[in-house]
Amino acid sequence: MLETLQNLALGFSVALQPPILFYAFAGCVIGTLVGVLPGVGPLAGISLLLPATFGLDATRAIVLLAGIYYGAMYGGSTTSILMRIPGEAASVMTCIDGYAMARKGRAGAALAIAAVGSFVAGTVSVVALMLLAPPLASFALRLGPPENFALLLLGLLVLAYMSGGSMLKSLAMAALGLLLGMVGIDPMSGYFRFAYGVVELGDGIGVVPLAVGLFGLAEVLASAGQPTPPRVQKPKLRELLPSRQEWRNSMAPIGRGTVLGFLIGIVPGSAHIISSFVSYAVERRLSRHPEEFGHGAVAGVAGPESANNSATSGAFVPMLALGVPSGPIPAVMLAALMVHGVSPGPLLIQQQPALFWGFIASMYVGNVMLLMLNLPMVGLFVNVLRIPYGLLYPAIIVFCVVGVYAVNGSVVDVWIAVIMGVLGWLLRKLDFETAPIVLGAILAPLLEMSLRQSLAMSDGHYAIFVTRPIAAVLLAVGAALLLLGLRAWIVRGLDWRGRLALAEKGDAP
Amino acid sequence: MLTIDRAGGGALGLFALWVLWECRRLPLGSWREPGPGAFPAALALVALGLGVAIVAFGGRATRLRDVDWRETKRALVIVAAGAFLTLGLEPLGYRLSVLVILLFLVGAVERRGLVTTAAFAAGMAWGSFYLFNTLLKVPLPVGPLGF
Repeated sequence: MLETLQNLALGFSVALQPPILFYAFAGCVIGTLVGVLPGVGPLAGISLLLPATFGLDATRAIVLLAGIYYGAMYGGSTTSILMRIPGEAASVMTCIDGYAMARKGRAGAALAIAAVGSFVAGTVSVVALMLLAPPLASFALRLGPPENFALLLLGLLVLAYMSGGSMLKSLAMAALGLLLGMVGIDPMSGYFRFAYGVVELGDGIGVVPLAVGLFGLAEVLASAGQPTPPRVQKPKLRELLPSRQEWRNSMAPIGRGTVLGFLIGIVPGSAHIISSFVSYAVERRLSRHPEEFGHGAVAGVAGPESANNSATSGAFVPMLALGVPSGPIPAVMLAALMVHGVSPGPLLIQQQPALFWGFIASMYVGNVMLLMLNLPMVGLFVNVLRIPYGLLYPAIIVFCVVGVYAVNGSVVDVWIAVIMGVLGWLLRKLDFETAPIVLGAILAPLLEMSLRQSLAMSDGHYAIFVTRPIAAVLLAVGAALLLLGLRAWIVRGLDWRGRLALAEKGDAP
Repeated sequence: MLTIDRAGGGALGLFALWVLWECRRLPLGSWREPGPGAFPAALALVALGLGVAIVAFGGRATRLRDVDWRETKRALVIVAAGAFLTLGLEPLGYRLSVLVILLFLVGAVERRGLVTTAAFAAGMAWGSFYLFNTLLKVPLPVGPLGF
């Protein structure tokens, strides 16, 4: 414990340096704007801003990008409460009771509870991240290629299981992502695979063009022809104080949302989205007045908002400690660190203590900044929604192109983004999730390498995956999830993932 | 009946078949020592199986013809604009290609006024170049005309 406190002191000595404070602040502001704007989710925001971090050192870059991530979680609640427009997917549940509170004249209180809940959840979950990541990293040092293979496979299966809707369709998208990840030079033999003479494809399909295309450009295409922007309400500063009863009703949901969100965040999947849905369901189940949900229940705002912020920190645990991204956003952040020559994984904490602990400390600072920023400046942020969509989307296209081109200075990457944009739009139309594609493409080379290394270790015997206990347990968990996912077919009922998919479409049963 | 699941699953199956066909150019290696073509081929087989399963079980999904395709025309125009921007980026330079594309999207597609269109397009083209290229040191292409 003393060592943790010493390390945290080192972290604060880094995080409180004026340049780091500036980048944390910039990340929070940009993140809030990203969260406020519908159609520009945290993934697209981080991908677009990635090139802007190339000139920075690794610590400043990760602090800026993390600020965007948790800033977006804060910002998303603002438009949900004031306008019933979820700035990003994790805020969908906040729309229901947040907007109902706003219609009753309690918009200020809803915003304050969302902000305080987010602050508490953000801060507590960083403590958990700080305590959990180092021992997990020490444990991960004992893992070899067979365990890594099993872990990566489990990650994909969990992502498919945790995604709303059909597990079969999510697995199909993960398989598509894995196939896309096969493009490029095979690191073990030097063969060019599926490159067709395009030299730029030698390094494979990049994360940034893939993510920007599937999330940024696809959203622009899906929103094409959107009508005029909605009317904006501005709550006054004096209306921001919740009543004593509202505080009392929100304390337990904030606590539960924090714990739930963090635990869900660690598990691969669209953690911040799922956590808010699960939290809402839990609060409604536990409430003495479930009939109030949907009509302005404070717990319906406090729980999901705390959960999605807490999940943000939880998602950093496997990324920093194991080097395994738990979803597309940590995957892009992982890529950002690798651009700066930093390899996240078990050795990160030992080899780069200033970066790791500086990052942790900056999250404490960022949470305080967001609390101070969001409440008094809420009116300012919602003004962004006054920008007509007819001007906004051309600007987003330009930023997408700059963001993609700047990574490698390659037009091929821009083509990939355009093609992925069309693919993402078509897949949305066909109701297929695109997040597993990104994760699949990132994990494919790692998965193949660990499989081939395992076989080299065992002289070609596949039994190595079941004779090593950790690998066997991980594979058994994966198989159990697969069976659980298939259960919905056999029973022909609507399991929790089916209900989640309906709720995401605004068609909750 | 053609549903969204069947259309998506079918497309995935066809893509997987194409990957399998392309894998013939790569050495598969042996069962004990897989070559560079083995993993893609195995993945393609998995994708093919998933595609077939989605087609088989996708009869209850929404019909393809019931999907709302209203934004398609505008989406295609945006894709064409994106393709032009990609093609023009290096030969014309960043600022000129962004200017042309924004004049088209804002002026012709969104039908904004001449002054708004010109001011927005020029402001974005030069402003974003200044922000990324000059301030953030992200190299952006400059064409033969100096734009």
